[in-house]
Amino acid sequence: MYAQLVKTAGTGVKTREEMSDEERNFQDRVDRDEKIEPKDWMPDDYRATLIRQIGQHAHSEIVGQLPEGNWITRAPTLERKAILLAKVQDEAGHGLYLYCAAETLGVSRDELTEELLSGRMKYSSIFNYPTLNWADIGAVGWLVDGAAIMNQVPLQRTSYGPYSRAMIRICKEESFHQRQGYDIMMKMAEGTEAQRRMAQDALNRFWYPSLMMFGPSDKDSVHSAQSLAWKIKIDTNDELRQRFVDQTVPQAKYLGLTIPDENLKWNEERGAHDFSEPDWTEFFNVIKGKGPCNVERMEARVNAWEDGAWVRDGLLAHGRKKSAARTAAE
Amino acid sequence: MADQKALFEFLLRMGDNSLILGHRVSEWCGLSPVLEEDIALANTALDLIGQTQFWLGLAGEVEGKDRSADDLAFLRDAWDFRNVLLVELPNGDFGQTLMRQFLYDAWSSIMLGRLMTSSDARVAEIAAKASKEVAYHVERSGDTVVGLGDGTEESHKRMQAALDYLWPYVGEMFDGDDVDAAMVKAGIAPDPASLREEYDAFVGKFLNQATLTVPTDVFHHKGGRTGYMHTEHLGHLLTSMQWLQRAYPGATW
Repeated sequence: MYAQLVKTAGTGVKTREEMSDEERNFQDRVDRDEKIEPKDWMPDDYRATLIRQIGQHAHSEIVGQLPEGNWITRAPTLERKAILLAKVQDEAGHGLYLYCAAETLGVSRDELTEELLSGRMKYSSIFNYPTLNWADIGAVGWLVDGAAIMNQVPLQRTSYGPYSRAMIRICKEESFHQRQGYDIMMKMAEGTEAQRRMAQDALNRFWYPSLMMFGPSDKDSVHSAQSLAWKIKIDTNDELRQRFVDQTVPQAKYLGLTIPDENLKWNEERGAHDFSEPDWTEFFNVIKGKGPCNVERMEARVNAWEDGAWVRDGLLAHGRKKSAARTAAE
Repeated sequence: MADQKALFEFLLRMGDNSLILGHRVSEWCGLSPVLEEDIALANTALDLIGQTQFWLGLAGEVEGKDRSADDLAFLRDAWDFRNVLLVELPNGDFGQTLMRQFLYDAWSSIMLGRLMTSSDARVAEIAAKASKEVAYHVERSGDTVVGLGDGTEESHKRMQAALDYLWPYVGEMFDGDDVDAAMVKAGIAPDPASLREEYDAFVGKFLNQATLTVPTDVFHHKGGRTGYMHTEHLGHLLTSMQWLQRAYPGATW
């Protein structure tokens, strides 16, 4: 998942006594793990939160094409180029499923695009970091897609039917992406000295931004409690981050790479790794537009949209002419 | 047994066309006017790179100097490339990209259809695989050219400008030389000129629906498929495409 800091609408979890009959009935269905479908009654705040969350995820898939596109033209072999093309094609496809899921909640793709381009809606902070060497493409697959999967696997069980189904499809493809990313890292780690240097450099730069992908700790947040109760969030940010670190540490070791954290160590008592928190000041700066690539990413999206206006208008006009001709012929 | 040197040249022409066009199309990643086009362009580029792997793979085999498809793609300089000039031209706007795609797809779909009956089973097999993909490409690029040509005043103007710019590069696809004569003789590939009539009829039908005017000037640029004189654009494309292989020779990726 590529949604962070999604503000949960409402004032927090209501007690059963505070709920209306409709709300109680809705919560009972969620608790029984029944899927909520587009035509079902749902609280306005549930709808609003889901739109924010799915929208942010969709936008992230779209913007996420850019750091990878940065290397498509420089991919070192035909096979790597083909794999990367297949991957960005999948990502655009994920964007499409997610915009469709959001549409079932009553918001159009164009409306959501408008929100992104005006800066009112965000995309994942991770895509504001640059891809500087070829190993970054490996690191994006291994770490960024790895972190995304960590979040998306539980969301396959989310309460909203169309979102859950989109997640099931997306997860299948994401795990393929992660394997491909790790495969690039393996080749680099087994390669020449320069390649090993690229691999370590990529890990150094992507480690903390990957940890930030889960968002700041939310264990005490009333908003998160509401999202958890609605099952549009399944685990807390800290639980997911811990799981990610525990999964990734042995993988880095296998590659012979060093995770850039001196405090990283196995904690026997907890049965988990202790690790350093990312720099949350940097995170909030990136969210506010001060990341290394925020300006370029937004500029690329705005230009694509504006430069493409004549294409969308042209195809629409042609479609109208065709249907007018059909009507006239009938 | 056909002249192996001529066959090698012919295979380079096929492979370099798909490689260079695939590369150009991949430059659009994440920048399309609409999400469906991002998907379609990535898909087209992916197919073209896949076709490149087959053509250049076979070229390396025929050459017999132990060069892989990657060696041929990443370690030749511009003068050794054998693609037509059309495919190395810059993307321009979305209209120019789709017009170039259509003008190429139309040729490619006819060419591959003929190659399916090639006397060389390996060529026939690649053509059979590729022609399925190209049938979809030409349907899509043709529909888009029609949609934009017959869209708004602005889209029409842009598509006519794209056609006027690209048309002088169409003729090269139908030029023939000794390599082609050797291919015809061996029954491996058709005489390029023999594709022209079908091409003009096919393309003309779409351009007519698109309300676009085919330029009447019969002059055409050439020099790509013989390697005699490419455009200045190819060197820049190769500079980025080949960078890693050139900067870190011998590495495995």
